[in-house]
Amino acid sequence: MKQLILSLIVLFIMLPLTTVAADDGYGYPIPGSYEATIIGTPVTLMPELPAYITTRQLVLDVNPGRKRPPIFFYDEGLRCTFAYQEKKAPLVFLIAGAGSGDRSVKLMTMMKAFYVAGFHVITVPSPSHANFIISASRSSVPGDLAEDAADLYRAMESAWKQVAGDIEVSSFNLCGYSLGGTQAAFVARLDEERKVFNFRKVLMINPAVSLFSSATRIEDLMKQIPGGAKKQGIFFNKMLSKFSQYYRYGNFVAINDEFLYSIYTEKLFSLEETAGLIGLTYRINLAGMIFASDVMTNSGYVVPKNRNLKTTDSIFDYFLVSSHLSFIDYFNEYLFPYFQKQRPGLTKQQYIHSLSLKSIEGYLTSTTKFAVMTNENDFILTGEDLDYLRQIFGERARIYPRGGHLGNLEYKENLASMVSFFEETK
Amino acid sequence: MIVMRALVIVTVILLLALLVSGCATTNSSTLAEVPAMHSIAEFKDQRFADVSDPWEGFNRNMYRFNYYFDKYIFIPVVTGYEFVTPTFVQKRISGVYSNLGEVTNFTNSLFQLKGTESVTTLGRFVTNSTIGLAGMFDPATSFGLERHDQDFGKTLGYWGAGSGHYLVLPVFGPSSLRDAGGLAVDSAIKYGIYTAIDPFGSSGNSLAIDAGITVLGGVDARHQQSFRYFESGNPFEYYLVRFIHHEKRSIEINPQVTK
Repeated sequence: MKQLILSLIVLFIMLPLTTVAADDGYGYPIPGSYEATIIGTPVTLMPELPAYITTRQLVLDVNPGRKRPPIFFYDEGLRCTFAYQEKKAPLVFLIAGAGSGDRSVKLMTMMKAFYVAGFHVITVPSPSHANFIISASRSSVPGDLAEDAADLYRAMESAWKQVAGDIEVSSFNLCGYSLGGTQAAFVARLDEERKVFNFRKVLMINPAVSLFSSATRIEDLMKQIPGGAKKQGIFFNKMLSKFSQYYRYGNFVAINDEFLYSIYTEKLFSLEETAGLIGLTYRINLAGMIFASDVMTNSGYVVPKNRNLKTTDSIFDYFLVSSHLSFIDYFNEYLFPYFQKQRPGLTKQQYIHSLSLKSIEGYLTSTTKFAVMTNENDFILTGEDLDYLRQIFGERARIYPRGGHLGNLEYKENLASMVSFFEETK
Repeated sequence: MIVMRALVIVTVILLLALLVSGCATTNSSTLAEVPAMHSIAEFKDQRFADVSDPWEGFNRNMYRFNYYFDKYIFIPVVTGYEFVTPTFVQKRISGVYSNLGEVTNFTNSLFQLKGTESVTTLGRFVTNSTIGLAGMFDPATSFGLERHDQDFGKTLGYWGAGSGHYLVLPVFGPSSLRDAGGLAVDSAIKYGIYTAIDPFGSSGNSLAIDAGITVLGGVDARHQQSFRYFESGNPFEYYLVRFIHHEKRSIEINPQVTK
């Protein structure tokens, strides 16, 4: 989704910075959780990274013989991006966050930071990204942490096979953010059995402790809009006209930084509206996942069963329908029934538990290869979740005082400590 | 003779292609359709991110054409260009073309009777063409002369014309009926000015030089544009691009009447 979602966000939301934050020795400036999530890191506080590095695009045939419906004609295999050193070096696999592809803005920044520090890097799309659902997932039903981890593992093996002849690797490492962070833990656990990579270190950035609970918290953001999530269309159109009216009556030359800056100094959007817009962006992302999965499995969830979508058939109504469904709807009506059919007797409570770090707690406490980085005000976590992370990882849990959900990921201090965590001299 | 044979071969290939695609469509969907669990009817909400697009079938074909054009021709050429040309030179070339673009900005700010803006744009063009060495550098911006991007589509919008239906142009990409017309007018004006000046007329090779200038301009434009068709992987990319393009245009075009 990358630039598109980013432009959507940038197009709509900009918030007042409540100026410099508390003097606690941490230089990331944006105090509010939502603001940080949306604005991210101001350019001046990012490290200096090259604008362009040489990478190779891998297109992997993870499921040989897979048939792709005509509507996905452009999908030719799982796309991963590979950056490499000319000498022997450690390799880091980076797993994208929910709904993101292998070239998402955050992944590209991380890739550059690791590359500049002397690592080989391979980025992998999120199992909830359409490309992964179409080309790499065996079930094409995303959301099950154990199965997604197995698919990710196969994808990584396939990527490694493709590049193994070209580079020398001193160790394998794993890192993921958001949903990708949670998945990294499950992938690492699988690796203990399979032993293909023997990951040396694993870093989780802003992970969800429980998938279900985090998804619920994101959905709750939309409760703040008038009429709730079912009226998101009305809300969207209202925000859009607010935005364009503002442009029209101000004297702006173009939609540029100056214009966007003024939106947040003038507090165009309220806190509730901002929360609603974050939730809506998430929904638009989720819509792509639901649609891709439904078409691949022919489940008749949003697309009539047995309908053959041709390359030029209009699918806009499916977009509207899918974006009106929450993760909870998806969970209750699609994901859980699918796995319940495969595992008779499975209860909802058991299944929700299996989608959390707590289900592999024994493993997580048995090894010291993990570290976690997250924020005190990450809205996908509860206070209890934070305590849990502290309790399980102790010293290896670094919890920053602010940054929202991923807002400080590109902040120079954060990137520096990610890189230093993986350095082999340590 | 050779021409005849070529024609026969082409016809056979076309027929085969038709046959194959025909088979593909008739073969499909022998099973009866079953309504989906969720449909648009159940949501009592406004449609959103919608844009008037009655030619969607054509547009999506064009979108797909552009994807293949990019993949097999445009992007390989741009990559080759980026590989052989030092970054410094690339930036200077972009500067020259961007400076030539001021001609369009200037004519259209005149068409919109925007006095100050026309003067600013003219000032930019003169400054950058001279001190800026034909646009290779941009001293005008540091003198406080801000760039105002204009085109005939914006001029039409300024005088009250609506965007018309969404239209995806071959190679150029997302546009609208109004903007496509605008593009034609801008190109005609540029061409008219160019032939009137005819800078390479005496070289004896003007045709080849003109073609080279046009091609390099296209390569430079694509080089500056990071967008790649279907790169987002989102199944709804076409709609998101359509919406963002349409919205950005309509927000940036301030119709004169509302002022």
